[in-house]
Amino acid sequence: MFHKKEIVAMLLAGGQGSRLYALTNRIAKPAVPFGAKYRIIDFPLSNCINSNIDTVGVLTQYQPLILNDYIGNGQPWDLDRAFGGVHILPPYQGKTKTDWYRGTANAIFQNIAFIKRYNPEYVLILSGDHIYKMDYEKMLAFHKQKKADITIAVIDVPIKEASRFGIMNTDQDNRIFEFEEKPAKPKSTNASMGIYIFSTQVLFDYLEIDENDSKSQNDFGKNIIPRMLADGKRLFAYNFNGYWKDVGTIDSLWEANMDLLGEKPRFDLFDPNWKIYARNDPFPPQYIMEGAVITNSLITVGCHIEGTVINSLLSHNVKVGKGAIVMDSVIFADTSIEEGASVQYSIVDERVSLKSHCHVGSSKGQQGKITVISSDVIVDQGMVVQAGEMIEKDVKR
Amino acid sequence: MATLGLIFSNIHDKEIFEVTKKRTIASAPIGGRYRLIDFTLSNMVNNGISHIGVVTKNNYQSLMDHVGSGKEWDLARKNGGLVILPPYGASQDLYNSRLEALKSIINFIKFSHADYIVLADCYQVCNIDYKPIFEQHFETKADITCVYRESNITADDYSPVVMLDVNEDKRIVGMDIQKSFLGKAKVSIDTWIIKKELLQTLVEDAIARNLKSFNRDILRENLNHLKICGYPFRGFFGNISSLKSIFQVNMSLLKADIRNELFNIPNRAIYTKVRDSAPTKYGVNAKIVNSLIADGCIINGRVENSVIFRGCHVNSGAVVKNSILMQGTLISEDSHLDYVVTDKNVKIIHEKQMQGNLKKLLYVEKDGVR
Repeated sequence: MFHKKEIVAMLLAGGQGSRLYALTNRIAKPAVPFGAKYRIIDFPLSNCINSNIDTVGVLTQYQPLILNDYIGNGQPWDLDRAFGGVHILPPYQGKTKTDWYRGTANAIFQNIAFIKRYNPEYVLILSGDHIYKMDYEKMLAFHKQKKADITIAVIDVPIKEASRFGIMNTDQDNRIFEFEEKPAKPKSTNASMGIYIFSTQVLFDYLEIDENDSKSQNDFGKNIIPRMLADGKRLFAYNFNGYWKDVGTIDSLWEANMDLLGEKPRFDLFDPNWKIYARNDPFPPQYIMEGAVITNSLITVGCHIEGTVINSLLSHNVKVGKGAIVMDSVIFADTSIEEGASVQYSIVDERVSLKSHCHVGSSKGQQGKITVISSDVIVDQGMVVQAGEMIEKDVKR
Repeated sequence: MATLGLIFSNIHDKEIFEVTKKRTIASAPIGGRYRLIDFTLSNMVNNGISHIGVVTKNNYQSLMDHVGSGKEWDLARKNGGLVILPPYGASQDLYNSRLEALKSIINFIKFSHADYIVLADCYQVCNIDYKPIFEQHFETKADITCVYRESNITADDYSPVVMLDVNEDKRIVGMDIQKSFLGKAKVSIDTWIIKKELLQTLVEDAIARNLKSFNRDILRENLNHLKICGYPFRGFFGNISSLKSIFQVNMSLLKADIRNELFNIPNRAIYTKVRDSAPTKYGVNAKIVNSLIADGCIINGRVENSVIFRGCHVNSGAVVKNSILMQGTLISEDSHLDYVVTDKNVKIIHEKQMQGNLKKLLYVEKDGVR
């Protein structure tokens, strides 16, 4: 128990998430709030613990403060362990050289010493920007059964979207014979989910080769996997059938949030067999005042609702004043929407203050663009923020 | 100044009422997501006390489950932290009073590194700042400071009530332990500050002389020999002594000023066990009026003037009015509840009409199916 682990997970959490624009000005993408009481990284971390993986390295680089704070000692995910547990792995200064993480493969390469400490047979590589529930134990069983060098989780995507992904072409035994990164004319619909299980020695060998190749971009998808394929290694695709969403864009983040709503939601947070864990703050239950209207919404602790909330998700301590309307929107923690204000088809970041009778966004049917308000912004009384705008500075009268 | 906290989790066991049949009063549910002990524990922690002994006697399984290692209160410590003090000795020797409980933990008190000890109970819903109490304690050079509140005693309160006679110098000059008093009085809230050495001496003396009651034999007997002062607590105080009072204190949390006083004081949050519930989901037919709703609920029906604990389901067509639904209650389609208190994991399936009133609350026991 205290000398080795069968499998160690490495979670790539250093991405800037530039396509989330204003939402990632100050925080790394995996720390972006999601689903009223979670952050994106809660999903891969909860998947790990639910899959009996108790050793996780989280590789951080971009704006790590909030992420580091959030993960802390890993206690909310039961990852505070005497041997193993969660470890934050930032880039570090070496004796001879100092490097930022140059690519996904390089990030793992720089942390080979961390992996070696646990002497694992397998290494699971994850990314911190996907919403899904997946039992990695089943994928590992598949990997062992196929005697694979690497197993890549794939999901069936609609053919018209396939050219946005890395596509794995497989034979009848699910062995990958061809890999195409964002193909113009995709031959199959098996899209890589960016989830890999490596047999450890193979991983170390290829990281070494890749590191010595000065032309490489040090990326798993672009360099390591094509090279393994060219060398005739055993690459297998593991089919995943559940819900999976890349929340790297404003649109997909909004959609994934909305997928949690409804009587039979696309993605169910109430699954007792697969709890999603998060760091909890000590706030009282939500209070719903007389006159409030709440329909098809997810709301959490500390909220105070006097107005109308329809098809929306509210993180902790959100205040919705009398006569205010929140519709088709995702509101992050500690934001207040004062009397008579309205928010439609928007994502509103933390600690935003929407003063009375201001109007943000327009109804979803009309122009079809999501409005985004960045953290700590104040929108003054009576001001109007047009649909599709990205607000990072106070909107003053 | 090192301070040790001592919490008595069973002291009112004699007044067992419905909700405390299968648990200590300390683990009685309150306020949607809390247990009573959360208030006393959080009060101590927020006042810098990081070594706390919880004295238990019986039925303490649910309490142990709730507090665990104490990590939610930042009490999972190498030095100090949370210590559960189960009964010690043969079962026929189990303590029956606070003083006997203190006798049984005399070694725990003796070996702690504390200078001062705060003793408190769990029947109270309040957010109390100990700083001014300590200030008064030092100012008056008191040996013991007892916290009291000005209260209107009703038949619902615990008996006996300990009434204090406090003079202008804040010194307690009289103590009346009455079983049948009704009306206004200065009532002890069973929270005391005392120097460790003094408590140790008093308890050792009580052991030697086989004394039984903390209030009667230690405090009242020593009013002339020791300087025992009173400190008035003037904030919101929810006094839990019966099913009715559980109902009323829960209902009082629907008032914004009371919620603010309990939960929204900066740096004095009330901590509780984390259950990792999902956010609460409201369906298209949900209608909520003036209610406090915890996480992990799925609400499709109508909820009015009620407190709904974590993980409850109110199905469509159901109406819950003036009621308390404790953790994991299920209200199935078209059931109407008015003035009902359901304990943990209750299922209301067959009963379509449950009508109580303030004088006669309907109570459904833990795991009950109606």
